[in-house]
Amino acid sequence: MDVLTLSRIQFGATAAFHYLYPPLSIGLGLMLVIMEGAWLKTGNTLYHQMARFWTRVFALTFAIGVATGIVMEFEFGTNWAAYSRYVGDVFGSALAAEGIFAFFLESGFLAVLLFGWDKVSRKMHFFSTCMVCLGAHFSAVWIIVANSWMQTPGKGYQIVTHNGVARAEITDFWQLVFNPSSMERLFHTVCGAWQTGAFLVVSVSAWYLLKRRNMEFARASLKVGLSVALVASLLQAVSGHVSAQGVAKNQPAKLAAFEGLYQTTSNAPLTLLGWVDEKNEKVFGLQAPEMLSFLAHNDIHATVTGLDEFKPEDRPPVQASFQFFHGMVGIGFTLIAIAALGFLYFRNGTLHERRWLLWILVFSVVGPEIANQLGWFAAEVGRQPWLVYGVLRTPQGLSAILKANVVLTSLILFTFIYFLLFAVFIYLLNDKIQHGPDDADLKPAGKLALPEKK
Amino acid sequence: MHFDLNTVWFVLVGVLFAGYAMLDGFDLGIGALHLFTSKDEERRVMINAIGPVWDGNEVWLVTGGGALFAAFPNVYATVFSGFYLALFLLLAALIFRAVAIEFRSKRPEHWWRQTWDIGFAVGSILSSLLIGVALGNIAWGIPIDEHGEFAGTFLGLLKPYPLLVGVTTVALFMMHGAIYGVMKTEGALHDKLRGWAMNSIIFFVICATMLTMATLLYVPHMAARVRDNPWLFSVALANMLAIANIPREFHHGNDGKAFLSSCAAIITLMALFALNIFPNLVYSLPNPENSLNIHNAASSPKTLGIMLVIACIGLPVVLAYTVSIYWIFRGKVKLDRMSY
Repeated sequence: MDVLTLSRIQFGATAAFHYLYPPLSIGLGLMLVIMEGAWLKTGNTLYHQMARFWTRVFALTFAIGVATGIVMEFEFGTNWAAYSRYVGDVFGSALAAEGIFAFFLESGFLAVLLFGWDKVSRKMHFFSTCMVCLGAHFSAVWIIVANSWMQTPGKGYQIVTHNGVARAEITDFWQLVFNPSSMERLFHTVCGAWQTGAFLVVSVSAWYLLKRRNMEFARASLKVGLSVALVASLLQAVSGHVSAQGVAKNQPAKLAAFEGLYQTTSNAPLTLLGWVDEKNEKVFGLQAPEMLSFLAHNDIHATVTGLDEFKPEDRPPVQASFQFFHGMVGIGFTLIAIAALGFLYFRNGTLHERRWLLWILVFSVVGPEIANQLGWFAAEVGRQPWLVYGVLRTPQGLSAILKANVVLTSLILFTFIYFLLFAVFIYLLNDKIQHGPDDADLKPAGKLALPEKK
Repeated sequence: MHFDLNTVWFVLVGVLFAGYAMLDGFDLGIGALHLFTSKDEERRVMINAIGPVWDGNEVWLVTGGGALFAAFPNVYATVFSGFYLALFLLLAALIFRAVAIEFRSKRPEHWWRQTWDIGFAVGSILSSLLIGVALGNIAWGIPIDEHGEFAGTFLGLLKPYPLLVGVTTVALFMMHGAIYGVMKTEGALHDKLRGWAMNSIIFFVICATMLTMATLLYVPHMAARVRDNPWLFSVALANMLAIANIPREFHHGNDGKAFLSSCAAIITLMALFALNIFPNLVYSLPNPENSLNIHNAASSPKTLGIMLVIACIGLPVVLAYTVSIYWIFRGKVKLDRMSY
């Protein structure tokens, strides 16, 4: 394989592995704020027990998220040096802002969240939990801003020749931050993260119910988990729709690939499920007439741009984009159904009798994790052949001096390390789940036993 | 010295990397010393001494890297692609250091803890060494072609001088970590760490002396800079005084002040390095005209200005809560059920 393919595989694989963890940190961060907030508000020690247990899970995911995150930052320079020179002026600023505003915030207050229970007041601890959650969300903001600029560069930059080499330079910082797709993609990403955190809580709690262990803890966790899961899943449908309309407007070739739409069509049908015959430029599958025109442009008669408007060398891989996108959407709707069913039966108090549903809930966390992955695959594969949409092609971003065997070495090394990390992560996560919540946390002692107010 | 935004960012990137060396330096040092004790409880105390802070300390490297990317993208691109294998080794080492802290005490089995302890120690030592070797290469100069691309090889990075800088860095961080440990522990471990601290000071002073001689003898562009600016000797003097002050503070029982002295030693070293290479960021050898400096490698003045605003808003806030978090976790380490 050549350097380009190996570098793409390496970046994709390390990003995919990394991205198993940040959504958990963001989502669990929100769950921790809700649980600890509920404890402070009600004084019910069950919420304290919940906050303590999920904090331990949070710590585990956070550690791996941080460890694998630095790899991403370094890879821009190691494998994509030409890209780094070209976009450093624009992309680098967002990355630096992420470090200063987000990473310091979350890692700093993480210390208090994990180790400060007995050292600071309850309010200070709750404040720290909020800051960690906020920091995790900020980190999403800046990296999505940077990535969205690659998707939709917008108007906030210009191409300038510096020392005889062309590069992109910022002309308007706020145009970079609010580039045409950043806010809708941020909304979409954060909803996905909330789903991931909420469904993890749901999964573990459902398992306790099935095993008839920690019943009270499980029910209280399910209540919070299912509520957030349902709200986030519904919001996700909205954000997904908004994002897709953005793609239709800003990256028409990508939308056409998502839908396998080769010919520019009015009253375009929506393919719900199907297979793309790339050779004959056809799609086979279940179609809903006129729905694509309606969803993309709010008008059943609207014309949707097809791939025929783009030269073959400007088209993304269609089959891959199509399947990733449809997989994500399919899981998204399934999650709404699961969350709604779970919520409904939880409300009328019959959830614990429905073991089939509990089993589905146990495995539900896999849903958002896979949907997050597929969503990113769709977004990044759909951006091809561009690295920066319409500005810089993927091969142009590659480091000029790299040799294939060198990239292969790092790829093998990190594949090995990441498999090891994943195995240990699953082992320890399972260990924590088996161990369950600590009963000592039901009777907080020392500083925590002090009543806030009577 | 002409004052402009590029200079400001040279200083700010330097501050971030110096902050990293000063803060994560003691984490890596604790890691390097970790296997010197075989008692599980003492190892736990050492890990928990850095437990609440190592993560935030590592962010200085992440942000330093981000700032380098944004302010001097050409340096970032050339050095990172040029040091490819070395950096992936550094990443692997940092990963093992990080996850070992998180994983080791999660299971009681001896083999489990021993495995992660080795991961922690090797990860820490290798990280320190590689950071030093990278810095040493920047000081020595690396081959850069007329397009600003690295023109050397991986093995070419392992010259004696950079390796000496690498070993010196390990010694420096061991010293720094031991002194931090002295401040954070009590009882038998405290006395042990004090012994290690004294030994690492000797180790470091020997390395630093050799390094100084090697620099003056074999790195002509660095030696010339010192010759033309004799006042640089005062920075070196300040560094030596800071080191000399450490045993003195120990003698008076001021462990905290000994640690501050060690911090001062690291900062003066980084300052000396920065003053020696300015205005270059990467010195090109054998073609100095291809060197990457604060002008030919920089982002646009517009971006440097925007980032300065970001730094002016962000850094004071970061410093404020970093200091308060160190304050919250001040004092000797006590193991409890939330500990690693």
